[in-house]
Amino acid sequence: MLGMMRRVTDWIEERMGIGELVKPLMDHLVPRGSSWLYVFGSATLFAFILQVVTGVALSFTYIPSTSQAYQSLKFITDNSSLDHFLRAVHYFGASAMVVLVGLHMIRTFLFASYKYPREASWMSGTVLAFLTIAMAFTGQILRWDQTAIWTVVVGAQQAGYTPVIGGALARFMLAGETLGAQTLSQFFALHVFVLPVLIALMLGPHLWMVVRNGISEPPKRGKPVNMATYKQEYHEMLKHEGVPFWPDAAWRDVVFAVFMIVVVIGLAIVMGPPHLAGPPDPTNLITHPKPDWYLLWYFSVLALVPHFSTPYVIIGGPAVIFAVMFFLPLFARQGERHPLRRPWTFGVVSIVIVFVIAMTSLAGYEPWSPRYDAPPLPTTVVGTVSAKAQAGAQLFHDKGCEECHRIANYGGFRGPNLTYVGNRLSAQELTWRIANGGHNMPKFANILSAKQMDELVAFLQSRKPKLDASK
Amino acid sequence: MTDKPKNPTAEGGAPGGGPPPGNPDRRTFLSRLSIGLGGFAALLVGVPVILDIFKSMVAKEPRVWRTIGPVSKFQVGKTVVVDFENSNPKAWAGSSAQSSAYLRRDSETQFTSFTVNCSHLGCPVRWEQQADLFLCPCHGGVYYANGDVAAGPPPRPLARYPVRVRGGNVEILTTPVPIDGRVPKAS
Repeated sequence: MLGMMRRVTDWIEERMGIGELVKPLMDHLVPRGSSWLYVFGSATLFAFILQVVTGVALSFTYIPSTSQAYQSLKFITDNSSLDHFLRAVHYFGASAMVVLVGLHMIRTFLFASYKYPREASWMSGTVLAFLTIAMAFTGQILRWDQTAIWTVVVGAQQAGYTPVIGGALARFMLAGETLGAQTLSQFFALHVFVLPVLIALMLGPHLWMVVRNGISEPPKRGKPVNMATYKQEYHEMLKHEGVPFWPDAAWRDVVFAVFMIVVVIGLAIVMGPPHLAGPPDPTNLITHPKPDWYLLWYFSVLALVPHFSTPYVIIGGPAVIFAVMFFLPLFARQGERHPLRRPWTFGVVSIVIVFVIAMTSLAGYEPWSPRYDAPPLPTTVVGTVSAKAQAGAQLFHDKGCEECHRIANYGGFRGPNLTYVGNRLSAQELTWRIANGGHNMPKFANILSAKQMDELVAFLQSRKPKLDASK
Repeated sequence: MTDKPKNPTAEGGAPGGGPPPGNPDRRTFLSRLSIGLGGFAALLVGVPVILDIFKSMVAKEPRVWRTIGPVSKFQVGKTVVVDFENSNPKAWAGSSAQSSAYLRRDSETQFTSFTVNCSHLGCPVRWEQQADLFLCPCHGGVYYANGDVAAGPPPRPLARYPVRVRGGNVEILTTPVPIDGRVPKAS
């Protein structure tokens, strides 16, 4: 039996030469000491393959039509347990891919693996990172739920800020001048055909260069990269202490990739696929579009940057990030690679991580968003006050004050907390502020009648800490 | 790469080294011919494909007046949401063929219509009847009843749709999502 199989594989090998092709790749020498920090790139590749496979499976059921996509997604999510599972895997696989791209970039950045002769590896990697985000974004749109359609509009509006070609880019996002049937067809084509092919085309050179230039050896302090001698030294080092890629280095890649897939599948089983917002309806305006988690940080940034800078930050921000990342290796081709000799790299990485985490968590409760559903202040909060102030308390709710201002535990966070505003501002100051508005506050002069203004001010005047009678 | 002898048929060049037989000029001509022809075929197919993929960039859809309802349906001084079919509804569009706008009856004869899209990032602003303000859920943009920016990041007032009264009915001119804030005038 074994002999028979051997003869068949030999027959195939003689004709196709697959082993001849693959063996040098397996046997090629890699530096010793490539540790667990070197597994993120291959894990990203496995995550990509996982996405392709689960995506193909989902496409057997999904219908890319604006009138039916949501129903087919409902079916996938609610009526077919296998599709339900695969959609969850596809979602957590996407998240894993985004995280792994990040880890892979952090590792290559800290170890300065982008230096000569691997500049083009880093540059193609930058393109791949942005393509990954584009995949994640277009994937979110394919849900074609209420959030998705408004996310398209937000994306188009964002693209519209680009100088000169903004209008054209925005039309491209919508595949027309407004949301319509063609919008989803185009996102489907981008997500399922165009972007995966672009990723595959970029992956080709990205992986080929790993073989051609070798894995960057773990950096040693006091051993800077010198373009004149690097390649020769690298090959010398491989000759003396190199180990074959398979299995000496590859086993870690396999172990980690399997771990990653087990985690993704575990999350998929435990958490299930992401929640679908309501059915898509451009006429339903009671909606609060938000991107998926990997772009939330950017959504927060756009709320927080000074307003005059918005048009520049919206497109300029990502463009600058891409340019700095893409061209980085061309400005630092040689020199020390060890992170301890480049301590600023830790600074850059920690600032980026802290910034992204902070912005993402801010997006969780959005202090800048109005609290439409804030209930009228209960009597326990209003307390025993004059009839005039009672009326003012009602106005505080009705006129939208409460959507941005907080009293006790009610209301929004956009403006100052007014729980004890009676202590801070006089009636005159309150009237002036309400009538004239201010930084980020509307003028209410034409919205409130004189009587209403009086009542509201009376109420706000009554907002003082309760004096404890026992003291 | 491997120690095995290479398959001789895969080797280029003449046996025993030296230039391969044949006319080098003819060889130059043939390689240029092949590359040129290949490029020609690629353009032949590629140009229409690229044009098709990016055709939406220069999309111009017809502007259509859509009837919203009889004038008498709207109270003077009130702002309401109205729905209408967008300019180019496809048979398979489903709900995405629908658009919304805010419509305000300013006087017996005057109407104003605002887009629902915040001028910051396009999120749907909500009209707060009692507060007399439009509030955006995404980043806290606020507009007055006349569409002017009251607070928050929006760079421009709410864009307006052309609106008219014909035969006792209010009509709105379908309009692109006002990405650059410019809404074409009624023609």
